[in-house]
Amino acid sequence: MSDLLSLTAVAARSALDKKECSASELTAAYLKAIEDTADNNAYVAITADKATDMAKASDARLAKGEGGALEGIPVGVKDMFCTKGVETTASSQILKGFVPTYESTVTSHLWADGAVMLGKLNCDEFAMGSANETSAFGPVTNPWTATNGDLMGKALTPGGSSGGSAAAMAARSCLLAPGTDTGGSIRQPAAFCGMVGLKPTYGRCSRRGIVAFASSLDQAGPITRDVADCALMMTSMAGHDEGDSTSIDAPMPDLMAALSMGIKGMRIGIPDEYTLDGMNPEIVALWEQGRAWLEDAGASCVPVSLPHTQYALPAYYIVAPAEASSNLARYDGVRYGQRVEGATLDEMYAKTRGAGFGDEVKRRILIGTYVLSAGYYDAYYIKAQQVRRLIQQDFLTVFEQVDALLTPSTPTAAFPLGEKMDAVSMFLNDVFTVPANLAGIPAISVPSGLSSDGLPLGLQLIAPALREDTLIRGAAVIEKAAGFDHVATGAAS
Amino acid sequence: MTKNVSPLVEGRTGPWEVIIGLEVHAQVSSEAKLFSGASAAFGAGPNEHVSLVDAAMPGMLPVINRFCVEQAVRTGLGLNAQINLVSVFDRKNYFYADLPQGYQISQFKQPIVGEGSITITLSDGTSRDIGIERLHLEQDAGKSMHDQHPSKSFIDLNRSGVALMEIVSKPDMRSAEEAAAYVSKLRAIVRFLGTCDGNMEQGSLRADCNVSVRRPGEPLGTRTETKNLNSIRFIAQAINSEVARQIEILEDGGTIVQETRLFDNTTGQTRTMRSKEDAHDYRYFPDPDLLPLKLDAAWVDHIRDTLPELPDALRARLLDQYGLSPYDASLISEDRAVAAYYETAAAGQDAKIVANWMTVELFGALNKMGLDLADSPVKPDQLGKLVGRITDGTISGRIAKDVFALMLENGADPDQVIDEKGFKQVSDTGAIEAMIDAVMAENADKVAEYRGGKDKLFGFFVGQVMKASQGQANPGVVNGLLKQKLDG
Amino acid sequence: MLLPLQQLFVTRLVIRLMTIDKNTIPRIARLARLEIALERQSALSEELASILSWVEQLNALDTAEVEPLASVTGHDLPLREDKVTTGNDPDAVLSNAPEKTSNFFVVPKVVE
Repeated sequence: MSDLLSLTAVAARSALDKKECSASELTAAYLKAIEDTADNNAYVAITADKATDMAKASDARLAKGEGGALEGIPVGVKDMFCTKGVETTASSQILKGFVPTYESTVTSHLWADGAVMLGKLNCDEFAMGSANETSAFGPVTNPWTATNGDLMGKALTPGGSSGGSAAAMAARSCLLAPGTDTGGSIRQPAAFCGMVGLKPTYGRCSRRGIVAFASSLDQAGPITRDVADCALMMTSMAGHDEGDSTSIDAPMPDLMAALSMGIKGMRIGIPDEYTLDGMNPEIVALWEQGRAWLEDAGASCVPVSLPHTQYALPAYYIVAPAEASSNLARYDGVRYGQRVEGATLDEMYAKTRGAGFGDEVKRRILIGTYVLSAGYYDAYYIKAQQVRRLIQQDFLTVFEQVDALLTPSTPTAAFPLGEKMDAVSMFLNDVFTVPANLAGIPAISVPSGLSSDGLPLGLQLIAPALREDTLIRGAAVIEKAAGFDHVATGAAS
Repeated sequence: MTKNVSPLVEGRTGPWEVIIGLEVHAQVSSEAKLFSGASAAFGAGPNEHVSLVDAAMPGMLPVINRFCVEQAVRTGLGLNAQINLVSVFDRKNYFYADLPQGYQISQFKQPIVGEGSITITLSDGTSRDIGIERLHLEQDAGKSMHDQHPSKSFIDLNRSGVALMEIVSKPDMRSAEEAAAYVSKLRAIVRFLGTCDGNMEQGSLRADCNVSVRRPGEPLGTRTETKNLNSIRFIAQAINSEVARQIEILEDGGTIVQETRLFDNTTGQTRTMRSKEDAHDYRYFPDPDLLPLKLDAAWVDHIRDTLPELPDALRARLLDQYGLSPYDASLISEDRAVAAYYETAAAGQDAKIVANWMTVELFGALNKMGLDLADSPVKPDQLGKLVGRITDGTISGRIAKDVFALMLENGADPDQVIDEKGFKQVSDTGAIEAMIDAVMAENADKVAEYRGGKDKLFGFFVGQVMKASQGQANPGVVNGLLKQKLDG
Repeated sequence: MLLPLQQLFVTRLVIRLMTIDKNTIPRIARLARLEIALERQSALSEELASILSWVEQLNALDTAEVEPLASVTGHDLPLREDKVTTGNDPDAVLSNAPEKTSNFFVVPKVVE
């Protein structure tokens, strides 16, 4: 039984084909793992019966030799994806009890390819947060714990907003996990939990059926154990959708082939502006190490400049809340979710939303409403969109000289849950990840080493739009060189 | 085009000039809604024409309907307006029960259609050009019913997401009559184009009126907006009521509050809308679920090349081609179907007589029967044929009315009716002479009186001869022969 | 290419030095239909002020000649056919409604 949990998705898929195990066995193992690791609070809903039924159906298809790309692979779904017939809450009280009558396009791709749904995973409320502490259903605990140093014995954050997804992956209580990334919400938790996390080019994955946070930034992407699983899952998730006007219609490069293409002759940029004042020396060292790995594999690394990098975070914290304030206006207690009664319609709205939204969500709605309001729109929102264009231009210019960029994924390793942090300090967790969202370009985080406390650290590769293949090529090289084979202490076995 | 002088309203203390601008919301005639695939048709049961997008379910996204865009371009061209090849959809953010998204997708800074103008004709025959500021596409809201329950309102989202064209005029109108003429003309244009059915009762076309008054020559006064007027009569009433109200306030030394008002059609007065204590801050920003709309110039040209004939051009052609009176030309050119009927009926017939029969006899009869022209039992070619039988002398105008009445009953062919009823006009001079002789013989005393100078009695003799012939004697022949015989 | 009106504004796109007064939170909360507990309001006011003054660093950038980003993908808005493809399922539409009757959504009465 324990061997089953150690299989990657690619290995498990192969094992299923070779009849070394059955889909039902695999799912049963993961359902048990969920029980065994329940303390981490990664799951907000477990769909055991559904999972068992889906696994059975997978076995039937496999028997006929009709298995899909993800046949029988157990998946945990971030609660931002609408799942038909299964409660979807965005980890918010305001959507408690909401059962969609429709499936998100991305998850429907996964089911069409034969994957099995284990349940819904915890996240920051409406995907707003970097520590999975804003969830209405309690924080998630990182299955990783410090092996020495000040953080020993402390419960750590898995990162956010896809904290439940990354934690469940690290806990081996699911084998694949689709996340969503608006400012780093796949890559940062992946880095904190020792997982691979990929945010594709904006428009690669359909946003239809994903609870919207910031429409021009949101993208779904895979959180996986290794780069091969990432290539497999990304291929399944992506695809043009006529039901999403921002969805792009461009063929995905062959990511499975990219795994073994190597990076000989590739030019990798090391952006000056990603070196922060007082940066953690372990992160600096890892970054240097990453550069050496890439050069050993035949790439050439050069310093490059993205001059507007420091303005990415403030621009993001204008654009994202602005869009969110409008996207969340529909949560009003009229057509779905929780309602708090009021004497008048307006009172009902105010009470429903006041009670249903947590503090972080309310804060961002207020910021967003403010920056769009009369007298401030030009100064804030337009300004931020202009800065966004400058950031996009920085990347376009740099990508004329290099094929990809190497940066750290996060400024620190996982930090303790409940650590008092003001809003802006919390925002700074996303300093390396946000620029790629603003520019709409793909980026991947690969687990590359452990901190001196024994906590995972990730390196990030950023590529031009539509070049997920470049990311896979580089990530495969880093993965091989890093040889990161550590498993979290909180993992099921 | 002579610009006529603004009609002024006499107040207690002097004359006032009225400034009116209209925002007309016209529902686009299309199968599906602007951003969703639900039906745009009117009349379904509650929440039957609602998609997940219309209900603003989590994760649902808008996808724009090409035909609705085409209809907006077509309308813009019919308004002689500039078509903007690039336009942007913005979110207009506010909270209301009939607005599921908490915002309306509309167009703010860059609408699909820019400036244009239409010509209106007033009852005194003068014409004026009224400027169009812009036309943009936006989503319609759902419907709230507030009168079904003491403490609750009921919401139906069928209308939510239907494509609307908001047509904003320049503040060029100066009287309720002009405003009414403007809306009539606008309605005719969109009906001709087939871009909106103009059914005001069903809410396909409705107007918001912006009204202010000022002393001639002084700067513009504060305006009020009266919303959701769904008949031309109400538009005129609301404007007149608002003008009177504003003048009274100003003459009493007060000031006009800039506000939104509703028209109460039972009292004929406007009143303040309760819910508008704080001015709306709509926080417009470009909808990030959409991209800028880009139109191909060749596509716009094709729409332009395939525009149907519009009311003004049609009216001019009717005057020119058929020699109709301005009144008849205006009446017939109000509706494309009416004009089509007329032209079929008038083909090869006396244009003016056909016009008269149509506008007086046919319309009168259909009105009484409660029928639309489309459901007329008398088809256009039949009406034409009837007129033809008058002009070729087969029947008199008088008898034609009887024939017409029978045609209305069962859509019968006029020749058939004439034959069956033996309505053929008698023009045989011999027969008529015989009838005249008989009448004169029976009324010798009156003959004497006539010959003695009582000219008025001529009509009596005509009547008698017509009676004797059961109305079928050709009146022209009767007149001629009778005169001869009486004078003779 | 900026529209003429926008060109007029962009030279003046400087984020004002933050003045959040005690009316700001209630006003914005009203616009957003969010009930904020009285005891939370001053803390929120401070939080908002600190975030907004942090984003003010964007003022250091001269963006006078820069066109705001309209779309990150650069593709054109796709258009769809005018066909009825969905609807006629009021049960699905109303399935999650907190209050409903005879296929209507029900809310507290609005007086216009």
